[in-house]
Amino acid sequence: MFGYYLDLALRSLKRNRALTALMVLAIAVGIGASMTTLTVMHLLSGDPLPGRSQRLFYPLVDPDPTRKDDREPYDVMDYRSAVDLWSAHRADRQALIVQSDLKSSAPSSGLPAVKLTMLSTTADFFPMFGVPFQYGGPWRAKDDAARARVAVISSDLNDKLFGGADSVGRVLRLRDSDVRIVGVLKPWRPSPLFYDVAGGRFSNGQTADFYGKPEDVITPFFTGLDINDGHFQQFTCWHIPDTPGHLQNAPCVWVRLWVELDGAGKVAAYRRFVADYAAQQMALGRFSHAGNARLRSLMEWLDYNGVVPSDVRLQTWLAFAFLIICLFNTVGLLLAKFMRRSGEIGVRRALGATRGAVFAQCLVEAGLIGLLGGIGGWLLTLAGLWLVRRQPAAYADMMHLDLPMFLLTFVAAVATSVLAGLLPAARASRLAPALQLKTL
Amino acid sequence: MQIKPILAALRRHKAGTVLIVLQIALTLAIVCNALFIIQQRLAHLSEPTGIDEANLFVLSNQWAGEPMSKAQIDAQIRADVAALRQLPSVLDAAPSNAYPLRGGGWDTFIGLTPEQVQPTSDAAVYLGDEHLLDALGVKLIAGRNFRADEVGSVGLRENVIPPVVIVTRELAHRLYPDGSALGKPLYAMSATPSTIIGIVERLQTQSVDAWQQAYAYQAMLWPLRGAWSSGLYYIVRARPGQRDAAMREAPKALYAQNRQRIFDAGDGGSFAQIRARAYERDRGMAILMGVISAVLLAITAAGIVGLTSFWVGQRRKQIGVRRALGARQRDILGYFLTENLLITGGGVLLGLLLAVGMNLWLVVRFSMQPISPAYLGIGVLLLLLLGQGAVLAPALKAARVPPVEATRSV
Repeated sequence: MFGYYLDLALRSLKRNRALTALMVLAIAVGIGASMTTLTVMHLLSGDPLPGRSQRLFYPLVDPDPTRKDDREPYDVMDYRSAVDLWSAHRADRQALIVQSDLKSSAPSSGLPAVKLTMLSTTADFFPMFGVPFQYGGPWRAKDDAARARVAVISSDLNDKLFGGADSVGRVLRLRDSDVRIVGVLKPWRPSPLFYDVAGGRFSNGQTADFYGKPEDVITPFFTGLDINDGHFQQFTCWHIPDTPGHLQNAPCVWVRLWVELDGAGKVAAYRRFVADYAAQQMALGRFSHAGNARLRSLMEWLDYNGVVPSDVRLQTWLAFAFLIICLFNTVGLLLAKFMRRSGEIGVRRALGATRGAVFAQCLVEAGLIGLLGGIGGWLLTLAGLWLVRRQPAAYADMMHLDLPMFLLTFVAAVATSVLAGLLPAARASRLAPALQLKTL
Repeated sequence: MQIKPILAALRRHKAGTVLIVLQIALTLAIVCNALFIIQQRLAHLSEPTGIDEANLFVLSNQWAGEPMSKAQIDAQIRADVAALRQLPSVLDAAPSNAYPLRGGGWDTFIGLTPEQVQPTSDAAVYLGDEHLLDALGVKLIAGRNFRADEVGSVGLRENVIPPVVIVTRELAHRLYPDGSALGKPLYAMSATPSTIIGIVERLQTQSVDAWQQAYAYQAMLWPLRGAWSSGLYYIVRARPGQRDAAMREAPKALYAQNRQRIFDAGDGGSFAQIRARAYERDRGMAILMGVISAVLLAITAAGIVGLTSFWVGQRRKQIGVRRALGARQRDILGYFLTENLLITGGGVLLGLLLAVGMNLWLVVRFSMQPISPAYLGIGVLLLLLLGQGAVLAPALKAARVPPVEATRSV
């Protein structure tokens, strides 16, 4: 029966090509717009580290004496607090993080100096975030303490400087110091770049920069502070630092700490530990208030920062309003189409077709329109994503249609058109056959 | 034109009528808000910077080669700007740490007393020498420019607070609303005062991102050369009409001074490029909103055409009867136009409510501004015209139905 309905539907669609094209186009445009924005949302709002994120936490204390407990602490920590919490080693793993810019060259590559971003962190960074290595591996914990002149580089930088070859053991000149490469990462692109996220609540939704690429060079934390001394940027300061760029003793916040905690008991214990630390610092006179300690999980932290850019959210809402208009449009046109065929439907009913059969036939026709619209919508989604990739946003290069979204495109298109077909099909199946036959 | 028979006919086509009304209402709501967003973005991206944009360009200069001391870098900067000012196509040039619309940079909290805890405001900091005002082409409206002997230099890991500063009118007004800023001190997160010796009419900040909106046009000029090993910007103002020539000659002149430098092509450039880069996102959003509105209007128009065509087809006999009873072609045409006006009018009324509701939601969720009634008016007019335009073709077809249609198989 389905085959017969399909045949009828095809005939009917061919009969009025302009109307058919209009409906297919409406569905395609609606689906194309919604799927483009939905894909962007899907890629931006996901979990950057599936399977690990629930064990990662971000502690904060408030060292600013000019503030009180009634405000959220700054989004990063001062050097002393971060290093104190890190060296206590009370979590399963912990990584200090600070980011800076520097000029670098590879003496053996013969290429001119390039401007790089440097991440300085501690050895736990790699196992904690599951960072994949192409060549070599991470440095050891004792390299952190020894301020070893070693570095791990990104696959992008390895391609640029060494043509993608195994560069472990090669020397990289970072500003005025030489470091030995111990590891090269595989292409790694967490979305967003969660460990650098901070300050989202001040950005009024302009958060596209949270989706940038990981840094080019990764060095041990204290090594990085030595190499790039004088070039560190604060998140903010409550007094102007005496030595800008060298912030170890400055009244500034600029260091992040991420910890891994396995199990609710450990999380509660660590939360207590951070609060106790703040209280102790207050007792020592370094903090003026201690109630402002926080410990958020990775996803809570991303949520708190509102990482999905407001432009993207706005576009998604718009696209769905758009889809609804296309839906109304299709309902109207299908209604027109089915009602026009009252005579034909009357004959079918008179010859014994049940209401259900007419209803099913109409829905098959609507579904076929949806399928055609889905193909158009898929092409428009590809075009839409191509346009997004040409945008200046930091996340532009990540945009692609993955398999779930590809399938969703067709499911959504057919679902939309069947939904649009429900009312017209019901009306068509309720036509009184005698009345229609009379006017033939 | 009789309205009653039209309403009676519409009552027999409830589903179709309601669908078109809803579609028009939603389209109006979206188009009004989209137009409003476009206007806001366009207004944002055409904000003036206060500088001589037509003749300005910026060179991003990074030092390469052997590390230089602060004194060496400072001497090199002086030699560089002297060489730039020598060029026949160049009006003036100055070193700086930033330029307007750079997309971020140095800003500092400002207080009015040395021991103030909560800052009064925030301002962007532009370093430069006594030529910076002229190189930017900003207008001094009160006080005086820096003297050459007031210009110092600042090196790596140094914190220098200058004794004299020039501020924008916006900042002067924020600090001293009574207009008495000239000669008064300000404290840039430090116990050392800086005296305001000059006020310029307008100078945009380095970032025009949303978080900076509260501090727009709040900038100050410090008489310092940034002798940092990382590099600096040369702000060059060409003589009118000679910018392209100056852009070609300037790097050559600097290389002739010293080859040990890198010009970052992705940073700086002509001010037209800088402006385009700074507002790329806003322009993108405006274009997207424009495309969405156009496609929506087209789809709605197509929907009206489709449904009215169907109604015309369905009513051929009735039209024929009317024509046979003496109705002119004009009457039939008028009937469909009026019918459309009623439907669109209903949709527009509902759409106005929706548009205002959607705008309120945008205000709450996306901290947008309340829509101005002008955009509602434009949207209403647009949709009424669209409806009449879309219905015209089917209505003309209806008007051409011959009276003889009435005699066929009634």
